[in-house]
Amino acid sequence: MNAQVLLEFAINVLSMGSLYALIALGLVFVFGICKLINFAYGEFITVSAYVLYLLGVFTSLPWPLVFLIGILASVAIGFLSELVAFRPFRGRSLDALLVTSFAVSVIMQRLFQLGISPRSKAVPIPAFFNMNVELLGVITPLRNCLIIGTTLVLLIVLVIIMKYTVLGVAMRGASENFVTARLMGVPANLVISVAFIISGFLAGVVAIFWSARTGSVEPLMGMSPLLIGFIAVVIGGMHSLPGAVVGGFVYALIANILSLTLPTSLLSFRDAFMFAIVIVFLVLKPEGLMRGNYQEERVG
Amino acid sequence: MSNCTENAPILQISDLYVAYGSILALHGVSLEVHKGELVSICGVNGAGKSTVLKAISGVLKPRSGSIRFKDKDVTGWKPEHLHKLGMALVPEGRDIFPSLTVEENLRLGAFGRYQAKRFAADLEDFFTLFPILKERYHQAGGLLSGGEQQMLAIARGLISHPDLLMMDEPSLGLSPNRVDQIFDLIIELKSRGITILLVEQNAGRALAIADRAYLFSNGRVEYAGRPQDMAGDVDITSVYLGSQKGGDVG
Repeated sequence: MNAQVLLEFAINVLSMGSLYALIALGLVFVFGICKLINFAYGEFITVSAYVLYLLGVFTSLPWPLVFLIGILASVAIGFLSELVAFRPFRGRSLDALLVTSFAVSVIMQRLFQLGISPRSKAVPIPAFFNMNVELLGVITPLRNCLIIGTTLVLLIVLVIIMKYTVLGVAMRGASENFVTARLMGVPANLVISVAFIISGFLAGVVAIFWSARTGSVEPLMGMSPLLIGFIAVVIGGMHSLPGAVVGGFVYALIANILSLTLPTSLLSFRDAFMFAIVIVFLVLKPEGLMRGNYQEERVG
Repeated sequence: MSNCTENAPILQISDLYVAYGSILALHGVSLEVHKGELVSICGVNGAGKSTVLKAISGVLKPRSGSIRFKDKDVTGWKPEHLHKLGMALVPEGRDIFPSLTVEENLRLGAFGRYQAKRFAADLEDFFTLFPILKERYHQAGGLLSGGEQQMLAIARGLISHPDLLMMDEPSLGLSPNRVDQIFDLIIELKSRGITILLVEQNAGRALAIADRAYLFSNGRVEYAGRPQDMAGDVDITSVYLGSQKGGDVG
């Protein structure tokens, strides 16, 4: 172990952790307000990745505009799916909402398969994303630095919104006690819509970096970020926004440690080890690292 | 009840039925509150006191009957719309947002009817009414004691300048000293002309300060009228006030 290896490890953990933290945050924003684990969240990411693919291949728009439209697409899907699919079932049981999210997920996967292609498509990402840069003697793709910077900026912006705007305070209040927040005049539809919009926005940012890493998009691509986000949220604590961020980084830390320490023959089973660790973790600390402060079941 | 005939009530409930699933909790309740009045609802656990407040504030949808508030039929309205129209509920168990600071709790209380100028002036007022809130202004609500949380819950209700302030068991679980403080506060609010609908198990205290009262039993209004008129009625005293008349039973 020398300083170089350590720095490389740190960059890997931080860049992977940043991406996973954003994924987890997108899940927790909706869960916090609605107490719904949104299984269609992976498809929010896929939609955005397909928009990146379509615009990148069939138009010559500059990349900042492509990214912007990609993010807007998942914001729109987040907003619309709540309006069309989730809102009509909101007064019903949580189970109904959960099944609805599965339905939204499957419908969107099938639409991608039928409407675009069941096979994976290469997503054109600007070349500088994968350009190697040297950082204190460590060579790493630029996208790793970009995701760390992007996540830092987004986290600061989100903290400002949640802490210093009336809407942010209302969202935090609503995630602790939805009914009481409504009794203070916080409109249920507003905070839920905003939660889905923020979730969609984060999905759009994730889509950019996820496609940059894999280089492609396919109808079922949303599954693995969803799973990662879900595990990160379980580790960090379902009821806490900071918990989601911590969970994302802890997930990345464990994954990277496993990659370094597992013998080559076992490396392909990394995820199995990962899940085993999560199961043990759940037994020992079922509420996650951060407990949060929620009080009652979602109503209304 | 001369003031009943002089002007229309600010809140009027007629023949209200409310159910939890298939279990009926209110069987045709009617009641009214006039501007400036302090009306108490008393009764034992499970009599439907909290249910009626939940129905008025929009948390529960009535099965039938009507609720009129400020000359509007508001039956079935959402809580956020009723708040905007001028209702505020100080919920049972206080329901302070635990991780939000005292300041944030108050800001949220004003959410539906926020006016920056008024908010600043209100804070000054509240700090004299509730000095503890000034001390703890930047602390998380969950760190406050029960009595302090109740003060905060009442302040959070008042800050929206409601035309009707509803309080659900404000003395519940508090020490006798705190209970005195809360009732002194309610008297102070009444003297300021705030219209109050108070639900209390502590019937002795609630009746002592009320202009009018409703006694609930099994989801029905068993008695309605002025406290001094019902005080002589032995049956009511024993059934609804418990054996120690006027004592702290709540």
